[in-house]
Amino acid sequence: MSRKYTAALVGNPNSGKSALFNALTGARQKIANYAGVTVERKAGRLILPSGEPVELLDLPGSYSFDAASPDEAVTRDVVKGTFDGEAVPDVLVIVIDAANLEQHLVFAQEVLELGRPTVVALNMVDLAERDGLTLDPAALSEALGVPVVPTVAVRRRGISELLAAIAEAETHADEEAHKRWHLTLPERRLSAKHIARGTILSKSTRHSIENGVDKVLLNPWIGPVILFGLLFIIFQAVFAWATPFADALEGGVGILSEATTDLVPAGIVRDFLTEGVLEGVGSVVVFLPQIVILFAFILIMEASGYMARAAFLMDRLMAGVGLSGKSFIPLLSSFACAIPGIMATRSISDPKDRLTTILIAPLMTCSARLPVYAVIIAAVIPRTTIGPGIGLQGLVLFALYVAGIVGAMVVALVLRSTVTKGAASGFIMELPRYQLPRLKDLAIGLWQRAWVFLRRAGTIIFVATIALWVLLSFPKADPGESQLDASFAGAVADALHPVLEPVGFNREMSLALVPAIAAREVAVSALATTYAVDAEDEDVAAEGVTEKIAALWSLPTALAFLAWFVFAPQCLSTIAVARRETNGWKWPTVMVVYLFALAWLAAGATHWIAVSLGL
Amino acid sequence: MTLDGFDSERSARITSVDWAALAEDESKRLQALGVDEGAEVAIMHRGIFGTRDPIALRLGNMTIAIRRAHAAAITVEAV
Ligand SMILES: Nc1nc2c(ncn2[C@@H]2O[C@H](COP(=O)(O)OP(=O)(O)OP(=O)(O)O)[C@@H](O)[C@H]2O)c(=O)[nH]1
Ligand SMILES: [Mg+2]
Repeated sequence: MSRKYTAALVGNPNSGKSALFNALTGARQKIANYAGVTVERKAGRLILPSGEPVELLDLPGSYSFDAASPDEAVTRDVVKGTFDGEAVPDVLVIVIDAANLEQHLVFAQEVLELGRPTVVALNMVDLAERDGLTLDPAALSEALGVPVVPTVAVRRRGISELLAAIAEAETHADEEAHKRWHLTLPERRLSAKHIARGTILSKSTRHSIENGVDKVLLNPWIGPVILFGLLFIIFQAVFAWATPFADALEGGVGILSEATTDLVPAGIVRDFLTEGVLEGVGSVVVFLPQIVILFAFILIMEASGYMARAAFLMDRLMAGVGLSGKSFIPLLSSFACAIPGIMATRSISDPKDRLTTILIAPLMTCSARLPVYAVIIAAVIPRTTIGPGIGLQGLVLFALYVAGIVGAMVVALVLRSTVTKGAASGFIMELPRYQLPRLKDLAIGLWQRAWVFLRRAGTIIFVATIALWVLLSFPKADPGESQLDASFAGAVADALHPVLEPVGFNREMSLALVPAIAAREVAVSALATTYAVDAEDEDVAAEGVTEKIAALWSLPTALAFLAWFVFAPQCLSTIAVARRETNGWKWPTVMVVYLFALAWLAAGATHWIAVSLGL
Repeated sequence: MTLDGFDSERSARITSVDWAALAEDESKRLQALGVDEGAEVAIMHRGIFGTRDPIALRLGNMTIAIRRAHAAAITVEAV
């Protein structure tokens, strides 16, 4: 039995390494059309034509072994064998962009100097064709002295040839490395130019579409208008398009609830199923359509190449608070979830810049807040339009997102002039070529997000909600007494309420915040469960949480609750990832304390202002 | 003259870069992207109002965004 070999994908950012990784291993790593998507080492398994399994590593994109940012350092360490607890990969697969040889061959040569068994994947040959290039892979192979396989990762073209080449290279894995002569960067650049010239057989003078499209999208006047228009449409769509689907889901939950009531005899089991599982967890699951719509927009922006343009347009604004457009991509990812957002900061080279971005990432409105916002907005904001196609509910949602962004900018400004003081950082970024998003990738991406959301509902949200249900259900109330008053949870609510009463929160809200420390969506399921358990008779329990809030909360109270969630760091996973990425508890502690303080103040200010306005 | 003040959409050759004026990681990144003596570049787009920052450079087959402060450290001549 021979040992198990490892291969690693290396190359410039955005050359299609992760796309190849997925094609070779059947994995579903995130791919997107901007530099710096992959920021950590990922392992998978490919099967050679002989049936032999090989461990394949997907690595962050890198411009050079002379790393300028933490993600590049990972690649250098893995490839050079200095990564913790890991042997040098046996085979290196260099991935280069066929349409940008001059640039990609610079790092490729640096990797080839190591003298390890190597295969070059000449990826994106379809884009090279689009740009009017005719290439000669054999000439490239000759010049580099290693096999070259033309591929189109996203269409799985050239995959079997690549596998065969990897199998061939593997047979040399146990030989001594033939280290090559070291060239300096200018020498490698010059030589890359020569090799590229020898590889390009012909080049038609077709104009690339980028310049024309960017003339509009990066236009100093029209560009920002388009960007904000787009963001505005997204938030309108989240409400407008999701409604029929959300209603259908809600109806489904209602039917299940009735069926359970009919089938299961009255008692603790039925209460558990209806109040805890269906009312509680079900109240979160109905937001699936909203989540899917939001992600559809984000995925299209990522796949098309617009994301980097958005960063370009936002750079000026970010510079105003001491950050750069580089922080924009992690922050934009944080709209999906702060965890990948914080991870994505690894592509920021300046440490203080990176730390600031980590600390403000939780202020971006992540998709976990969407159920909380949506349920409160649906309950207290009328479904009216205030102009052609502009719904008031969508507008309030947009305002909450803006509040998060403005809050983040102010905090960044304060941080940059105090704890993360330092020279303003620069902004250097590749603007990738535009691509039409592929429907299949989009569908897979959406399915993944939907699955993550449902899994959360089935795990952390379920557990937190059930724990609350238990605390709410025991001890049992005497006849005439409210179940909430009698329960353990009531005692918790009473303890917390004095702190939150000044900002307008009622007892149920204070209570809901406790399990919602685990995850924000739990606030919704917790409220739903609390009202369901506390309901005096079955009819009231049948009402949804939205109706309950509409009936029981004043407008200032509801608005204060929304303001709280703009800031409050109610997510254990975010705190954990912040600890990991900052190597200690200091910064997560700073983060949690300042965010809770801001949440309290924002809720208070909202409540007091709303009350004094007579709302 | 510096790239910062150079006309848009006109090819320029970089004659020198004042690396000392730039942060170390930024110098590394610029060099890795091919912004170095001898390279031919052209400013394709300039950023938002007033400051006109950042700028988008055409460099070979790539478009890269940099700040004006970087461009100010780059001396160019017309091609
Ligand atoms: N047209 C075309 N697009 C491709 C090909 N391979 C990858 N892409 C696209 O190129 C973009 C970048 O692909 P990724 O796989 O994320 O690139 P990467 O090298 O992993 O990037 P980093 O993780 O940022 O270093 C994505 O939008 C892919 O859909 C290809 O062969 N042809
Ligand atoms: Mg990748």
